[in-house]
Amino acid sequence: MNYKEYNLIVMVVSTIGQPVPRKEGRAKLTGQARYIDDLVLPGMLHGATVRSPVARGLLRAIHYAPGVPWPEFTIVSAHDIPGANCVTLPPVFSMDAALARTEVIWGDDNVFKQYLVTRGNVDAVWTEAHVIVDGEYETGAQEQLYIEPQGMVALTDAQGAVTVWGSMQCPFYIHKALAALFNVPAAKVRVVQMETGGGFGGKEEYPSIIAGHAALLAWKSGRPVKLVYDRAEDMVATTKRHPSRTRHRTAVSRDGRLLAMDIEFTIDGGAYCTLSPVVLSRGTIHAAGPYFCPNIRIRGRAVATNMPPHGAFRGFGAPQSIFALERHMDRVAAAAGLTPDEFRRRNFIQTGQTSAVGQVMKEPIAMERLLDRALVLSDYHAKRSRFADANRHSTRIKRGIGFATFMHGAGFTGSGEQHLASVVAVEALSNGRVRVLAASAEIGQGTNTIFAQIAAEALGLECDDVEVAQPDTATVPDSGPTVASRTCMVVGKLIETASLDFRHRLETAGLLTSRYTPAEFRAACAAYRARHGDLRIAAQYRPPEGLRWDDQRYEGDAYGAYAWAVYVAEVTVDLDTFQTQVDDFVAVQEVGRVINPPLATGQIEGGVAQAIGWALFEDIVWRDGRMVNAQMTNYIMPTSMDLPPIRVFFEEAPYPNGPGGAKGIGELPMDGPAPAIFNAVANATGLNPAHLPLTPEALMELMEKAEPDGP
Amino acid sequence: MDRSGMNVRVMCRVNGANVTIEAHPMMRLLDALRSKLRLTGTKEGCGEGECGACAVLVDGDLVNSCLFPLLHAEGTAITTIEGVAAGGRLHAVQEAFLACGGAQCGICTPGMVLAAITLLERNPNPTEAEVKAGLAGNLCRCTGYMRIFEAVVSACRR
Ligand code: FES
Ligand code: FES
Repeated sequence: MNYKEYNLIVMVVSTIGQPVPRKEGRAKLTGQARYIDDLVLPGMLHGATVRSPVARGLLRAIHYAPGVPWPEFTIVSAHDIPGANCVTLPPVFSMDAALARTEVIWGDDNVFKQYLVTRGNVDAVWTEAHVIVDGEYETGAQEQLYIEPQGMVALTDAQGAVTVWGSMQCPFYIHKALAALFNVPAAKVRVVQMETGGGFGGKEEYPSIIAGHAALLAWKSGRPVKLVYDRAEDMVATTKRHPSRTRHRTAVSRDGRLLAMDIEFTIDGGAYCTLSPVVLSRGTIHAAGPYFCPNIRIRGRAVATNMPPHGAFRGFGAPQSIFALERHMDRVAAAAGLTPDEFRRRNFIQTGQTSAVGQVMKEPIAMERLLDRALVLSDYHAKRSRFADANRHSTRIKRGIGFATFMHGAGFTGSGEQHLASVVAVEALSNGRVRVLAASAEIGQGTNTIFAQIAAEALGLECDDVEVAQPDTATVPDSGPTVASRTCMVVGKLIETASLDFRHRLETAGLLTSRYTPAEFRAACAAYRARHGDLRIAAQYRPPEGLRWDDQRYEGDAYGAYAWAVYVAEVTVDLDTFQTQVDDFVAVQEVGRVINPPLATGQIEGGVAQAIGWALFEDIVWRDGRMVNAQMTNYIMPTSMDLPPIRVFFEEAPYPNGPGGAKGIGELPMDGPAPAIFNAVANATGLNPAHLPLTPEALMELMEKAEPDGP
Repeated sequence: MDRSGMNVRVMCRVNGANVTIEAHPMMRLLDALRSKLRLTGTKEGCGEGECGACAVLVDGDLVNSCLFPLLHAEGTAITTIEGVAAGGRLHAVQEAFLACGGAQCGICTPGMVLAAITLLERNPNPTEAEVKAGLAGNLCRCTGYMRIFEAVVSACRR
């Protein structure tokens, strides 16, 4: 049964699309919500991790400082490593050094992973091009800076059972890591997610390491162990957004159409491979953006350096490649003699056309409508000319407006969802309520609330009739990691399916008719449970009809669905202080149906704020492969004073394979703000800012280079 | 290392109740609240006075409890987030946060709510700029602040 059919049958007020208040909101507002650092177990010890102070070396010995009562400590180490002192090897600190292979630290070429995407033949068309535009763009690392630092509490018992509570996005990743670390069967390991104070990708992979450290200490000491990072350790040790460099060469025909896009996308993976291949994959696939071009070549590379490993951060490679592309497209438009909007209109991919990786776009694409709306809402055209006039008379204050047009694929890339084969369940409780069971973590984005809404809608109940289980690997099935904008669209769809089956089960048992009150529903559940013991319905992921991906050829339907967006930024640049201020921000997007408007709006606003930080403020200072500004004092994220009004608008086009028609939303807002802001700065100043973050120092340097003999 | 000899007894009022805390005089008020009184609603985000997650009211002033030595608390009246919803009834600011979506992951929320309450007590009808300035000491990484501003504005209408 699809969504439309059941909506006709169930005559209960719809909960999807309603501003249902956050399920755990009251607990969070009253200080009752329990985060990892709030958990205290009897006899608990506190753990800490000691790391190498050098970026590349061999561990030869561990020295214990005198004057410390070491027998009071439990120490876990690789103390069977023979040898004496640590030897420093020449480290590799940049992508260029890695690619120059002066030191080989990975394989024989310092490359963790590469992808090659080709459509048509770029090399055949350069000669017939009307204009060819080259560009190079760079982005820096970014710290997730969730306000709750990472942490775990571990407990082991004599029978070899390992239990871990913590701040996390992916309970089953940790579960798998601990089973391997202790070499115990999966049933011996239990992982419980505590209330989690933000993740943004930073709590995808790294928590497995902290859980391992805490669990080893618990196992050796025989006591519960808490290991909670302070801010500095969290910033120095955990993964960040991959720095990137993108080179573009683009050919355009006389009538302003893209003829060829030759793109080289390189990310710095850091010292260990970790998630770099999959980050690279998403970045590579998004590198050609929402455009159609008959000849495309994208070369993606993740290189090994001795920087701390970079990892998942909202957007997962796409913000980097989209930044380069959207900044570049403004320059290509200018070279082709077209306005930024007209050039894009001529090149947006249309339904039925084929993307860079060979995906025939089947869904309706509304990019032109989104663009129209965004330009009207931001008063783009009028401001463009007004600012141009004003800028002529002002030497200090320059104003500009710019935009970015982009899309973001929801769910795991390619065959990823098929490999995950996620499972959820819906069960009847003895208190008459229904409970959703999934491992998808509430990390602030609203999982609990939208899961309850989706189940309530399918079951014809009120949101309050539905509970959402705390992710605990002992009780919930593996619904996959909480990443990749997949929680709503993919896991939510499974919950919808399980809920519809749940109701169907009651109907076929003769306990429920097609119209019912909540009381009748409760009675039907109770009757079913009395007869059969329990009522629990699971659903497992199956790819939607017609979705194909070829892992070997790296070709096919990269994503089941895309969210589409146009973001407009208005800036003021002060040429005395070189400060860039964003004055207004308009975010227009199509994300399928919106399940909970305030939550969805909050996701977009939060993502835009984070991306404004990435574009203008957030600058990691590295010294010898170490973050040296590992403090909130000198790693600057946006405060309430630094942001413009962020005006959010949704176009709703229900997606048939999403719950209630919804698609993914979480990562999308990270993609567009940086290029929109950079395009606005270019509009204001006439410069070509191409390196992010655009701090005042960076802008000053750019200005000085542009006018070497200037005042 | 046994430092108990250096401990002091500090008497103050916390959320309306008289309490005596015995601890090192330089213990952070944050730790005293969290570990001595088990009031874990007050959070630590940075430990250096930047984020405001640890904010509490001391004699009506908003302070970052991570920078506040316990000894200073002698004789003061302290309000933590646990003391805001009197008798289980949410404060207007809490209601507004709930309705507007001002809390996402919730880790900044206790400090943010106390900052908003302080702001509105001093200035019941703040302008947009005053709201922004009033909350500038409290970092939120999830919301982009827009829903929080909306919550503050709607709380003053209540
Ligand atoms: S923890 Fe006190 S200000 Fe951040
Ligand atoms: S709600 Fe997560 S930091 Fe503010």
